Amino acid sequence: MSTDAPALSPARTLATAGRVLRQLRHDPRTIALLLIVPVLMITLLRYVFDADTGTFDAIGASLLGIFPLITMFLVTSIATLRERTSGTLERLLAMPLGKGDLIAGYALAFGAVAVAQSLLATAMSVWVLGLDVVGSPWLLLLVALLDALLGTALGLFVSAFAASEFQAVQFMPAVIFPQLLLCGLFTPRDRMHPVLEAVSDVLPMSYAVDGMNQVLTHTDVTADFYRDILIVAGCALLVLCLGAATLRRRTT
Amino acid sequence: MMNLSRTADTSAVSARALTVVRGDRTVLRGLDFTVEPGRITGLLGPSGCGKSTLMRAVVGTQTKVTGALDVLGRPAGHPSLRPRVGYVTQAPSVYADLTVRQNLDYFAAVLRPGRAHRAFREEAVSRAIGDVDLTSHADALATALSGGQRSRVSLAVALLGTPELLVLDEPTVGLDPVLRRDLWNLFHTLADDRGTTILVSSHVMDEAERCHRLLLMREGEILADNTPEALRARTGSATVEEAFLHLVDQASVDEAATAPQETSR
Repeated sequence: MSTDAPALSPARTLATAGRVLRQLRHDPRTIALLLIVPVLMITLLRYVFDADTGTFDAIGASLLGIFPLITMFLVTSIATLRERTSGTLERLLAMPLGKGDLIAGYALAFGAVAVAQSLLATAMSVWVLGLDVVGSPWLLLLVALLDALLGTALGLFVSAFAASEFQAVQFMPAVIFPQLLLCGLFTPRDRMHPVLEAVSDVLPMSYAVDGMNQVLTHTDVTADFYRDILIVAGCALLVLCLGAATLRRRTT
Repeated sequence: MMNLSRTADTSAVSARALTVVRGDRTVLRGLDFTVEPGRITGLLGPSGCGKSTLMRAVVGTQTKVTGALDVLGRPAGHPSLRPRVGYVTQAPSVYADLTVRQNLDYFAAVLRPGRAHRAFREEAVSRAIGDVDLTSHADALATALSGGQRSRVSLAVALLGTPELLVLDEPTVGLDPVLRRDLWNLFHTLADDRGTTILVSSHVMDEAERCHRLLLMREGEILADNTPEALRARTGSATVEEAFLHLVDQASVDEAATAPQETSR
């Protein structure tokens, strides 16, 4: 029943986050992929635009925001799907665990992974590959963390509509690719067809990419930057709540 | 020993007109039954007769339940029941990528969170692992265990909170005879020494003889609610299995007589 509020107990949330990280620790290959692939991709990008470092600056910064979103989306959707299909979710919900505890636990664990991932990718970009950031690299990291939470939220939400891991993986192109095309990475949003521009105005990734670009081009923290991170954080929170609604104690 | 002089009003589980619909199928059809506290009640019947659905209704994870269903004095699924009822599903629901002890540590932390209960949790975890005889495998990953071992991890999780009511869905499937005997001894210890009420399903009829009471099910209905001895006596059979078959045949005859033109799907 949905009458019980998603109460939050810090101890249970921490226990859940610890458990998720412990599961991950038994899977060193996934950890390696999570941490190394973004670094390799950003390096690849740097040399694809070898003669044109201006393009690398623009796209590189956006990618630093997009990586955590995509990887956390995939990791969370598979992890929660497993939780649903293995019966552990039913068991947990038959125990005194609040839905909020479970979701916050996942967000905390994958948020920590995202911080490690973004630290590596950002450090590589700024100090080794020469990504030209006018603002503070810490702000890049903040946006990356919020993007990761958004990815976790979206992954949690779509896992409710996937009956198998095959389906869960297919949600990635369905949910992420349209945002990727419309977020302003390939062409500025104001040069798209007006309908698409309007659509891109309501997609959270547009603001994630814009936030990154604000840091890239401004020394100060701009009003647009605040707007961008508030929108991304708000979307993450909203989708997390929607995700909580898909965790049902009673099922058929 | 627990005080067993409670009356039927204080039964651990009591159902009146319990009905469950799944999709367009009525899985449970207006059941009335009670489960006595501190005793082992066996839920027996062929696969697909509604045993699992009944158990899910009792632990409060089944939707579309109508009728009255009280568990330990509260409506089934009430939040206050969550720490008091242990539930083991048919498929072992544990994390395959954690060790036995890590699994139990986590579920123990959900049941009794906080640093203050740390020592209590450690003791509960070690005891539960010992109860299901997995002490030598405590640090093995669940994925590396055999099917029977994994289902015992699942059982150990249910034992963690020393629940008053333990709902076990076919806990002995796929276990060898020695382990099955050991588990049944454990169930009796839990009922006799800790006063735990146990509702256990099985389709292995020889296990029925080890229950205090039996609920025999068939196609969403309860055919009989009695002790194994009384069932054998009533049907004039030597074993519970014979008694069950006798009752099933009788029910089929009755059905054919009373509902000759039931529409087929």
